[in-house]
Amino acid sequence: MPSPFSINGGACVAMVGKDCVAIACDLRLGLQALTVSNNFPKVFQYGDNVFLGLTGLATDVSTVSDLFRYKVNMYRLREERHIAPRTFANLVSSSLYERRFGPYFVSPVVAGLDPKTGAPFICGFDSIGCIDFAQDFIVSGTATDQLFGMCESLWEPGLGPDELFETISQALLNAVDRDALSGWGAHVYIIEKDKVTKRLLKGRQD
Amino acid sequence: MPGFDFSNYNRNAALHARGVPLPKATSTGTTIVGCIFDGGVGIAADTRATSGPIVADKNCEKLHYISPNIWCAGAGTAADTEFTTALISSQLELHSLSTGRKPRVVTCMTMLKQHLFRYQGHIGAYLVVAGVDPTGTHLFTVHAHGSTDKLPYVTMGSGSLAAMSVFESQWQPSLNRDQAVKLCADAIEAGIWNDLGSGSNVDVAIITADKTTLRRNYIKPNERTAKLRSYVFPKGTTAVLNEKIIPKGDLGKFISVEELTEEGGDKMEVDT
Repeated sequence: MPSPFSINGGACVAMVGKDCVAIACDLRLGLQALTVSNNFPKVFQYGDNVFLGLTGLATDVSTVSDLFRYKVNMYRLREERHIAPRTFANLVSSSLYERRFGPYFVSPVVAGLDPKTGAPFICGFDSIGCIDFAQDFIVSGTATDQLFGMCESLWEPGLGPDELFETISQALLNAVDRDALSGWGAHVYIIEKDKVTKRLLKGRQD
Repeated sequence: MPGFDFSNYNRNAALHARGVPLPKATSTGTTIVGCIFDGGVGIAADTRATSGPIVADKNCEKLHYISPNIWCAGAGTAADTEFTTALISSQLELHSLSTGRKPRVVTCMTMLKQHLFRYQGHIGAYLVVAGVDPTGTHLFTVHAHGSTDKLPYVTMGSGSLAAMSVFESQWQPSLNRDQAVKLCADAIEAGIWNDLGSGSNVDVAIITADKTTLRRNYIKPNERTAKLRSYVFPKGTTAVLNEKIIPKGDLGKFISVEELTEEGGDKMEVDT
């Protein structure tokens, strides 16, 4: 039996731009080689500018995304304010480490803008909550190897929102085309200070 | 004490029994070192984090804060080093507040070893603990199973052999601060070049009785050369099927907020 991380397939990537961040995911849900759905988004929104990408075992993707919806709602009621991306990242980290000896099979990615300074923030985690604070990009999912290669070559510092969209889209699209378990379309979010643009990409359906 | 949640344990164990491999955690296949000098102690680490053969983070921080005068370098499972040091740091702060004394390195080391021994090596934290307290300068290593060592110079992680070869050939009793920092940095560099699990930059922390200096990226021998060509795509390269702008709502979308006026209502009582 394969690793729980590669039963359902899926890919997610986040990138930093100039005063903006981007997060994108593919849409496939599969059962090993059989594709079950081509509309299974893996990026979730938890505030005006807090986004979470989740890849891994689909049952855990759903469970964990709902768990954080509950936790973020409770935070908002207690604190009467939105959660900041960095705070959310620490919430994700401690929630995953709590299950150190019985983890969820997910590889989360957080992307957002700091509500006070507007500074871009992205980070990634392993399944037990170790945070990877990156200054450039974060990748996760079954196409991790391909995404690392694409991002390492395409990404450059100081990309504007439009340039960032093209870079992250091409990185994801070309990575998932070389991964049998990911693809079937993609969602891309470009997060700017005053707005968030969500785009549905045309991708290969094979 | 952390309360671990084992509710997924049986599911994962059943999966594992059917031949599902365990998830691979980010590990700091690391080089970390420590060295005592006259008047203080220095610790150093490389900055590579790996996930299997993939470099997960090219510039991670392996030097962890315990208290202003105690720092820790961590190898092994990255999440474990991060959370055990944070946990002990928190307990030590409360301990020093309740006793009214500065935290001691032996206290920190004992708390770490007792915590790790309780978990029988399942918490994969391999640590170098260093610090200066009212009883003097101290340097320890703590292994995941709970054993400890007290030595004038120490190395740990996958690059420990490369680093130790530097110490064994160049260490001498009674070093000054600059010599010790150089020796630590050289030992880390030996790990960076000769151990595949270690790489990127050198971080150093120097602890003396009066202050601690953290030199993040003290040496950067692996800076990426700038690309000769830009790979930015022209606008419109990617085919878009649908586009939607999500407006940023205000807080009122989720809860109702009422501004309190100065005159209206009773003022909140504030202790003076």
